[in-house]
Amino acid sequence: MSTNKNSQTERRIIYLVLLIAVALPLIFPIGWKTDVSNYTKMAWDLVQSTPDSAVVLFSFDYDPSTLTEIQPMAEAMLEHSFSRNQKIIAIALWPQGVQMADQAFTEVLKKYPNKKYGVDYVNLGYKVAGIVAIQAMGKSMPEVFPTDQSGTKYEDIPMLKKVKTLKDVGYICSLSSGTPGIKEWVMAARDPLGTPVTGGTTAVSAPGLLPYVNSQKQLYGLLGGLKAASEYETLIHKIGSATIKMDAQSIAHLLILVFILIGNVKAFVTKKRSEQ
Amino acid sequence: MSGFMATFGLWLSVFFTLSIFSFLYKDNPFYKLSEQIFVGLSAAYWLVYLYYSVMVPNLFNKLFTDFKGNLILLIPTALGLMMLLRLIPKAQWLSRYPIAIMIGTSAGINMVRYAKTDLLGQISATMINPFASDNVVTVIGNILLIVGTICGVYFFYFSKKQEGIRAVPSKLGIWFLMISFGASFGYTVMARISLLIGRLEFLLKDWLHIIK
Repeated sequence: MSTNKNSQTERRIIYLVLLIAVALPLIFPIGWKTDVSNYTKMAWDLVQSTPDSAVVLFSFDYDPSTLTEIQPMAEAMLEHSFSRNQKIIAIALWPQGVQMADQAFTEVLKKYPNKKYGVDYVNLGYKVAGIVAIQAMGKSMPEVFPTDQSGTKYEDIPMLKKVKTLKDVGYICSLSSGTPGIKEWVMAARDPLGTPVTGGTTAVSAPGLLPYVNSQKQLYGLLGGLKAASEYETLIHKIGSATIKMDAQSIAHLLILVFILIGNVKAFVTKKRSEQ
Repeated sequence: MSGFMATFGLWLSVFFTLSIFSFLYKDNPFYKLSEQIFVGLSAAYWLVYLYYSVMVPNLFNKLFTDFKGNLILLIPTALGLMMLLRLIPKAQWLSRYPIAIMIGTSAGINMVRYAKTDLLGQISATMINPFASDNVVTVIGNILLIVGTICGVYFFYFSKKQEGIRAVPSKLGIWFLMISFGASFGYTVMARISLLIGRLEFLLKDWLHIIK
């Protein structure tokens, strides 16, 4: 009983210390630099090497539960894309992705107030059916999205005049936190049509998608979690929310390492004592 | 009025956030209340959202205002109604047909895609010349990729007892798998901390205005 109570108390102390350790760097940012990984660099290279004024597609396949990790990636990648004068089509395979796209555009347009809706970017809204919808977009975009979110006909949107299928877009960037998401884009767009696919995902999902970044270029780089978002911000020379949050992330990781060390030492000493 | 609603919404969010955090101390009525409200709200939200954004534009509008003899629309309507028959015990068996169609269609659509992307694509990605690069780190990485893939797959080969020399690649495979699980765990920890950062940012920024 007393061991149980002891471990309960220890657990609460750990939670409290972790809470303080995460809160303090948010209040007093440290400004640690982040090294850029190859996976993030590859995604950046794809955006960078796509010709100016190409039409590109951003798919917002996440909802507010993963906002902390994915929204900074979305903002950084949109900003990079706008800086290259690319024209952005936003769609969502998740219902709440539409609002996520609107939020990201609102943030990025503060830096690019001259970008015009319908000319430089458009939000076509949500489409149900995941991989089937992607497959259909490979045949005809206007059939899948007859109108944009506000009801304007596909044919009446100036930037979409030459975009008939997914083959006509420069690259696809899926910001996803599950299914449908990056994997479906690789399966239904990259492999059958050859359109390059890149994207960002939560840290939990990243290991499952990393094998697609391979010699076959099934996926052009991958942004995994807050760390990759901060790396992308570094590449576009922006001190954004991910960069600030990475201080808290790093402190938390250091603390967890210390806790693991203490736990192991404690377990070792207890074992020694019981042997004696 | 909108200002009041915004403030009210903010305080509600703060209440629910703190209530969920309170579980870290111990299970309590605040946590249970928040959990149940969350589940109920989510279900209601999805029902309304899917009805208005999927069923109304794709089916009901076309059926009742723009039918134009489009008989194919009657098929999903019938299948949908048959699915709802699960609620009537005597006619429950009819719901098996739409379920069977759904499973069959999904399997049909996915079979080719998975075979191309996950099987052929991944095998092709492993069939590389490890020494093609001038960079030593890349060469080592390529060798590890090939050896790791072969040993990892070999670990799951159970048709013959793995003993003696046959146990070597299997043991190597376990090491590769363990390292990969370790990396996944690291990523998971990062994701969980990110969630905590997100909530703390909300409390410190939107509620307490301590950070900008």
